[in-house]
Amino acid sequence: MSRRDILSNIRRSLGANANDKARLENAAARIATPPRATAPQRVAAPGTDLVACFVSELERQLATVKTVARPEEIPLEIASYLRSQNQPQAVRFGTDPLLASLDFAASGLEVNNGRAEPSDTAGLSVAFGGIAETGTLALLSGADNPVTLGFLPDTHITVIAQSRIRATYEDIFAMLRNEKGAGTMPRTLNLISGPSRTADIGGRIVIGAHGPRRLLAIVVRSL
Amino acid sequence: MKVTVHDFKSNARSALADTQLQEALSGLPTGLVAQRAAARSRLPEFEDLRDYGRDLRNHTLEHLDVYLERYEDQVRQAGGHVHWAKTPAEACDAILKICKDADARLVTKGKSMVSEEIGLNDKLEAEGLEVVETDLGEYILQIRHETPSHIIAPAIHLTQSQVEQDFRREHDHLAKDRKLVEPAELVDEARQILREKFVNADVGITGANFLIAETGSSIIVTNEGNGDLTQSLAKTHIVITAIDKVVPTLDDASALLRLLARSATGQEFTSYTTFSTGPRRAGDPDGPENYHVVLLDNGRSELLGSEFREVLRCIRCGACMNHCPVYNAVGGHAYGWVYPGPIGAALNPGLIGIDEAGNLPNASTFCGRCESVCPMRIPLPKLMRQWREIEFEKGNPPLFVRMALRGWASMANWPWAYHLFARIMSRAMKLAAGRKGAFSWLPLATGWTKHRDFPAPQGKTFQDLWAERQRATIKPATQGETP
Ligand code: SF4
Repeated sequence: MSRRDILSNIRRSLGANANDKARLENAAARIATPPRATAPQRVAAPGTDLVACFVSELERQLATVKTVARPEEIPLEIASYLRSQNQPQAVRFGTDPLLASLDFAASGLEVNNGRAEPSDTAGLSVAFGGIAETGTLALLSGADNPVTLGFLPDTHITVIAQSRIRATYEDIFAMLRNEKGAGTMPRTLNLISGPSRTADIGGRIVIGAHGPRRLLAIVVRSL
Repeated sequence: MKVTVHDFKSNARSALADTQLQEALSGLPTGLVAQRAAARSRLPEFEDLRDYGRDLRNHTLEHLDVYLERYEDQVRQAGGHVHWAKTPAEACDAILKICKDADARLVTKGKSMVSEEIGLNDKLEAEGLEVVETDLGEYILQIRHETPSHIIAPAIHLTQSQVEQDFRREHDHLAKDRKLVEPAELVDEARQILREKFVNADVGITGANFLIAETGSSIIVTNEGNGDLTQSLAKTHIVITAIDKVVPTLDDASALLRLLARSATGQEFTSYTTFSTGPRRAGDPDGPENYHVVLLDNGRSELLGSEFREVLRCIRCGACMNHCPVYNAVGGHAYGWVYPGPIGAALNPGLIGIDEAGNLPNASTFCGRCESVCPMRIPLPKLMRQWREIEFEKGNPPLFVRMALRGWASMANWPWAYHLFARIMSRAMKLAAGRKGAFSWLPLATGWTKHRDFPAPQGKTFQDLWAERQRATIKPATQGETP
């Protein structure tokens, strides 16, 4: 059987055997308490403004970032963004309770729910957290925020609570282990750091390859 | 994939004469190379991170079996399946079987070098499946019936006007007089065509940049988002990857991800980094219903026990080829198999055999730039030298080369004979060259003289000059020291 052959080949190459206690313990210890690489100075230095860093890094990667004081302002912000981009006044989102509590119709937005359809123009999701070091949004798949919303429509809009912006990727992983249980993951964890792009034609950057042509992140201060 | 590594020398010659290729390659120094340098300077921790990455990969390799078993367990617990494949044929068979079980007709595929390694597309197409590459560069290559020439920028050898011609030929149902001048117009056209494929695919195949033992996740890193559409719209997601991709934890993956994009494209982070674990969960409205991982060995478990173990630290960033003067001159196709550039020269002999790939470790000037930029600090020149030694011992170089080297080696063992020979030769060459002081033709050195003159020695050997210098400088010093 290939499985057995490959594993025993590896062990032969390492001069080890399957019940090698020290190696089993080493590996188990690393997984139980994952060591971290030193965090980059840009977010680790005392007094760093993580939110400002998150915003400027994300903007550097050609996303648009808006800040609102309270969640109630989200629909209006979306409506005016879509208008500025000449996009239809419509969004689709999942069952996320934060989004379900908002009044989109009052801002003139048409709402659809569920997974993305090819005809959708804008998908809306709530991020699990934000990573300041590279301006990265962390999203978890599920009925509340279906993964296709972030890839199929031309526009992806993400709401991010300011209080969930952390310094590093490792901080977000710790948050994930904490809230979901160690070793458990959703079907997908998406780290998103800008709109879709390619440099495959003549080496020049073009935005909007297969995924969204534009990415809007709305940072909510009161959350 | 068809192997033409044997023909490296003639491949390289035609590459140098290919003006379109030379135009396409001319962007490398100001593009990827300059962007990497800029990203590195924005992250002062970069060099320390390289040490950290090297150590963490070494640790993983020393515990490879343990982490692979843990990884497999976690995939199973999440509802996925792991298939182990010793050879490319086994990997293809496993994938084909999954496709058949899923009654698949249309397969979309994200970029995966391991899939090139096992020659997957040919195999699936031979069984009547339609396979569509979704990475834009790979799509262009597919319609040209070509293979990637770079591991992260597969179509780097093509110019924009070549792509325009391909699209006009291939997309002949579109208006003949449509405008295809800007890169954005070409990208848009491909976007429209591929959308339909994403939505109708039965199986989506992706590679993996890393596998995580802690959680059983596979990671893909893309800028286009094609990998995500590939894997979240089809009913079945197959990951084709190799046993050296596993890392212990999420935190280990992020340490390497900090190095990957910066080394590859000079980005801080790619647009999309996606961790996939098992099929969709109960209640999920989207994502694949089936999740399979095919783990290829293909010689890696043997390399692990050899003096080439370090090559398994590679994270496939492509920095070594971007910085390689040989790659910059001849491009990736000349190398004749999946992995070009310095990493190919160090890895391919281990995967397809030194008899086949013996030319590659020689395709190096040993300038050392590859090692100096490799985020995993792989001593690429050292590994190439080791392959050369093995090739020499196996008797692969032509008889003439072996005799000449033998002759030189035995002379070098007799310094007085060596000096005498060198002195006579350099005087003779000086005389023969005459007033021009150079040769425009020399026997045994036509590779040089075809392109430039060979300067004649000036009559004294290096050793003579050195001895004179030593005499001149050492004397006063010794005088000063003796009272
Ligand atoms: S050998 Fe080093 S530089 Fe080359 S692709 Fe691998 S990790 Fe990157």
